[in-house]
Amino acid sequence: MNKDQIAQAIIDIIMDINPDADCSALVPEVALREQLELDSMDFLDIVMELRKKFGVEVPEAEYGKLASLASCCEYLGPKMAHL
Amino acid sequence: MYDCIIIGAGMSGLAAGIRLAHFGKKVVILERHAIPGGLNSHYSKDGRRFDVGLHAMTNFVPRGTKGAPLSKLLRQLRIDHNELDLVEQGFSSIDFPGRKIRWTNGMGMMVDEVAREFPTQVDGFRRLVAHVQGYEDTALDAPYLSSREVVAGFISDPTLIDMIFCPVMYYGSAVEDDMDFSQFCIMFKAVFSEGFCRPQIGVRHLLRLLQHRVKEAGAEVKMRTGVKRILLKDGVATGVELDNGEVLEGKAVLSSAGVVETSMLLGETPKQRPGMLSFVETLLVLDTMPKDLGIDETISFYCRSERFNYRRPAGRTVDPSSGVICIPNNFQFRDKPLAEGIIRFTCLADYEAWSILNKPEYAQAKKDFIRAQMETTGLASKLDGHIVYEDAFSPLTVKKFTSHVNGAIYGSPDKIKDGRTTAPNVFLCGTDQGFLGIIGALLSGISMSNFHLMK
Repeated sequence: MNKDQIAQAIIDIIMDINPDADCSALVPEVALREQLELDSMDFLDIVMELRKKFGVEVPEAEYGKLASLASCCEYLGPKMAHL
Repeated sequence: MYDCIIIGAGMSGLAAGIRLAHFGKKVVILERHAIPGGLNSHYSKDGRRFDVGLHAMTNFVPRGTKGAPLSKLLRQLRIDHNELDLVEQGFSSIDFPGRKIRWTNGMGMMVDEVAREFPTQVDGFRRLVAHVQGYEDTALDAPYLSSREVVAGFISDPTLIDMIFCPVMYYGSAVEDDMDFSQFCIMFKAVFSEGFCRPQIGVRHLLRLLQHRVKEAGAEVKMRTGVKRILLKDGVATGVELDNGEVLEGKAVLSSAGVVETSMLLGETPKQRPGMLSFVETLLVLDTMPKDLGIDETISFYCRSERFNYRRPAGRTVDPSSGVICIPNNFQFRDKPLAEGIIRFTCLADYEAWSILNKPEYAQAKKDFIRAQMETTGLASKLDGHIVYEDAFSPLTVKKFTSHVNGAIYGSPDKIKDGRTTAPNVFLCGTDQGFLGIIGALLSGISMSNFHLMK
């Protein structure tokens, strides 16, 4: 998967968790938390869905790397390149 | 070998099962009874279908409301708000001698009513509301704090204090005459700030949705399957033994049986106190709609004595001097109104007083408390001649369906907020983890799964 596909995968997961979330105008560099209503339980769900859908493991210490769409793509790029 | 064995298919057990199975855990939910729901369930009798347990769902917010408990738990369970088919209450009331406060969902009407009945107290009430809104009430490590003491810092009129406590206690206190302030905040917001609703056809709609999600997520459910004990090796749980002697192996156990009851399943002498507060409930079917008899509230919390006592009526089957009257017809139904008029009465009761009765005495005691509730509330004159069917539940019924010692409706007064037990892989969810009500129970199952079992 390339970075655009990873970004789309994250958006799909967010829409699964919260169908009412407006992901149409997300700014990649700005924290997801500031643009959407996501709490720590939701971030746990993003991590769990990544594992379920793509077999990607995100250790607890690295949850912070999922803060924005850009940082997600940066961090997940190598982990999801083969998909 | 299961990743997790969940004891009880009540609201908390079902929610936990959905979470864990959705994320690939191998899960089984064990339920002693034939119908799920535990305290909040439904039954059919003589061709009629009834809901039992809580009168309403609390915490109503419209779809898309940010940050509210209902929105959060729906996201976690992947349930769309519309699927619940919720209808809101009309209005509810707190009805004390010479005083009445009515409210609808949202705080507006409540504040106006406090200002009308207690003009000197309304500023304090407003400050209390703000304090409650800002209080960190879901911390899992908060120590017990007396709500009576906190509230007395804002409001001086003892009647107003009693009136505020009456609904909050009836809908979620396992402690006599007081409650933990975190719990008070949770219930205050649930009952007053957000308020009452129900799925149009009743609690069975919610249970059906949850069961469907459980199945979809891939969790196993075994009904009519009671747990005799939790099996331990070197202090660590290895599984459970069922009532029929069969053994199920598991890496972890999540128990909604209650803290005292789970201790007993672990073969320990419980350190926590068993709950003492139980309820009786009456169900009346009418030949007309309650509104036609001039009964307009959705839920009425009444008190007919000078001071409101929320405690076990030791030695008496029932204390009718205060209680809750729910009129399910007075929710704002859209397209599926109830076919018949229904009234539900709830009062405090003493388990022990019921447990010593023989069969005819038990039947008579039920008849007596139905009468006592009607007379005390003053509804007898309106209802007499209109009742076509009645049924009643005692603390023994509560015990049967919740497994709680003493039929304790809200479990032990000692809550274990972090859900831990003496065994490192046995956790509590549900009533005794400390989040009460339907929404609380669902959140309890979700948060204990997230916190302990998803790693």
